[in-house]
Amino acid sequence: MDYLDHLEAEAIYILREVAGQFENPALLFSGGKDSITLVHLAKKAFKPGKFPFPLVHIDTGHNFPETIVFRDWLVEQVGERLIVGSVQESIDQGRVLESIGKNASRNALQTVTLLDTIAAYGFDACIGGARRDEEKARAKERVFSVRDEFGQWDPKRQRPELWNIFNGKINKGENVRVFPISNWTELDVWNYIKREGIALPSIYFSHSRDVVWRNGQWMASADCLQVDADDRVERRAVRFRTVGDMTCTAAVDSHAVELDDIIAEIKASTVSERGARMDDKVSEAAMEERKKQGYF
Amino acid sequence: MNILKFITAGSVDDGKSTLIGRLLYDTNSILDDQLEAIQKANRKNDDGTVDLAILTDGLKAEREQGITIDVAYKYFQTEARKFIIADAPGHIQYTRNMVTGASNSDLIIVLIDARKGVIEQTKRHSFIAKLLSLRKVLVCVNKMDMVDYSASVFETIKSDYQLLADRLGIKDVDFVPVSALKGDNIVYSSDRMGWYKGPTLLTYLETVTWEEEVSNAWRLPVQWVIRPQSADLPDYRGYAGRVIGDGLTVGEEVVVLPSGVRSRVQAIEFDQKDLLYAVDGQSIVLHLTDDVDVSRGDFISSATKVSRSERSFEANVSWFENRPLDTNQVYILQNQTQVTKVKVLEVLYRYDVHSQDKVYDGGIGLNDIGRILVKAADEVVFDLNNELAANARAILIDPRNNLTVGALTIEGIG
Repeated sequence: MDYLDHLEAEAIYILREVAGQFENPALLFSGGKDSITLVHLAKKAFKPGKFPFPLVHIDTGHNFPETIVFRDWLVEQVGERLIVGSVQESIDQGRVLESIGKNASRNALQTVTLLDTIAAYGFDACIGGARRDEEKARAKERVFSVRDEFGQWDPKRQRPELWNIFNGKINKGENVRVFPISNWTELDVWNYIKREGIALPSIYFSHSRDVVWRNGQWMASADCLQVDADDRVERRAVRFRTVGDMTCTAAVDSHAVELDDIIAEIKASTVSERGARMDDKVSEAAMEERKKQGYF
Repeated sequence: MNILKFITAGSVDDGKSTLIGRLLYDTNSILDDQLEAIQKANRKNDDGTVDLAILTDGLKAEREQGITIDVAYKYFQTEARKFIIADAPGHIQYTRNMVTGASNSDLIIVLIDARKGVIEQTKRHSFIAKLLSLRKVLVCVNKMDMVDYSASVFETIKSDYQLLADRLGIKDVDFVPVSALKGDNIVYSSDRMGWYKGPTLLTYLETVTWEEEVSNAWRLPVQWVIRPQSADLPDYRGYAGRVIGDGLTVGEEVVVLPSGVRSRVQAIEFDQKDLLYAVDGQSIVLHLTDDVDVSRGDFISSATKVSRSERSFEANVSWFENRPLDTNQVYILQNQTQVTKVKVLEVLYRYDVHSQDKVYDGGIGLNDIGRILVKAADEVVFDLNNELAANARAILIDPRNNLTVGALTIEGIG
């Protein structure tokens, strides 16, 4: 087996452990390349049977329209169930307060909607596409990561995780986040997408788009982004290297239209994937703090 | 291209995190925004260069205290290999984290401070590497810059360590003299150690190989039964799992354990395509010729060399919890996909981790390693550590709080 076969076999093994060890798991689907890869791996793990979990999307209402179109197409194609947790509803119900102003983002609000959705459906395990190479707090996280009844991650009290034996036993109220592609890097994911011919939303590839210069990066121009008269808006050839909310995901100048172009671009890049995420730039421990609150 | 997983053991004082930082830095695996974040953190070495150790300390508490508390996994890649580094804390109070990191590694880098030579910590790390049957030990004699790059210092440490390795029964040991701080022999050969003719650390990691044990026996711990029960596939029944060992082929006879029922491999499937054979580590779906009772937790074993299925066994245990091992307590044993209630009948001995001597005082506490006799409520399916190590592993779970309290390697029949 070459290294991609090895990573694939490991991820499939982890997905099957989730199926075997939990009563009511879910796969958190963001519409990004990592969760799309997870869906592909789930097909290999469970077909011709049904997935033993629904796909769950936490919709901030600020997603790229292309991502939502793609999500609905993929769900149709795999024939599995989709549950949508809506941040807009959380706002309407007064569960969270919408932030306002130029740098407003619903990124932090998602955590409440996510935890509410987990509680409403009683999910005991949520599969996510996070990778350890993304960020240094994630580098510390277990494959089976236990969250307390408030959804919190306690980095100082992680269970030892030995060999390939994952302890999915939890106490009442707790749930587990499971990360089957923990050991993959960004480049591994792209090489795998290429090898497997996995379809992706169009925004990963170069396209012409109106973008706004904001905090040193190009952001997609959209209704949810406050644009003032003196803001610099241009039409440029860009693509998105990571896909989150429109308010927190920056575009990169790119002419990469094929997967080979993207792979070459990433190999040559001197900036990390999450360098284009405003949500990580808040502070040195931004991800650790959000994960402690119950973030993905 | 393949993957090499390795663990680095040593304390902060040995420059472990600096070594990893240097390896990442000199292979251009650190990107601009990550460097920017390090520079912002403003941790400097005495000579004003950026403190590379901060790269691996991912938690706020670790950065505040300048220590590694938990295992961090780091990734980098060269043309030759993909590398997964388990960066584990070296201090005795974090032995459990080191065991965790070592359990997922092929190779261990034992760091020795050239000024201090082989110390107790070196012995403890090497002992754990031996207990967990790591394939290779690489001794990096670090801080050579502090001993004037002296060949004789290196040679003395080398022979001291060789004695330790012989005593512990570690066969495959190699040595590299380095300075992680200055970058000598990490990625680039050192001009200052012309007397050293071996590979740099990176070249070593890129090229190291070991003899793969060919097991001639395979087992499939069943994780999940695929039964679509759909109109077009009413009778489809596939056993999903990841293969341990070699030799699984279509048509061969199998034994289902613990039941002992025999059948044959009708088909091996992956991604809904048929395979003629499957190899170690492959995640597959297996079909049997007979309609037998197989569910999660069962093992499908090659009939030519059948797995063991026993109610009692002897195991080495590594203990992770403050609350000591209790011979009156029922624990949950998880080995592959099988889950069984067990009791520890007897603590045979524990090891003094400093001297590696056996101590017969009956107790096993936090961070202790010892030998126990286990009795299970049902038959447990396993192989012995010296037969098929991948199927000789288990964890102990405390049912009172569901924590993983111990790691076991099964060494003998009880």
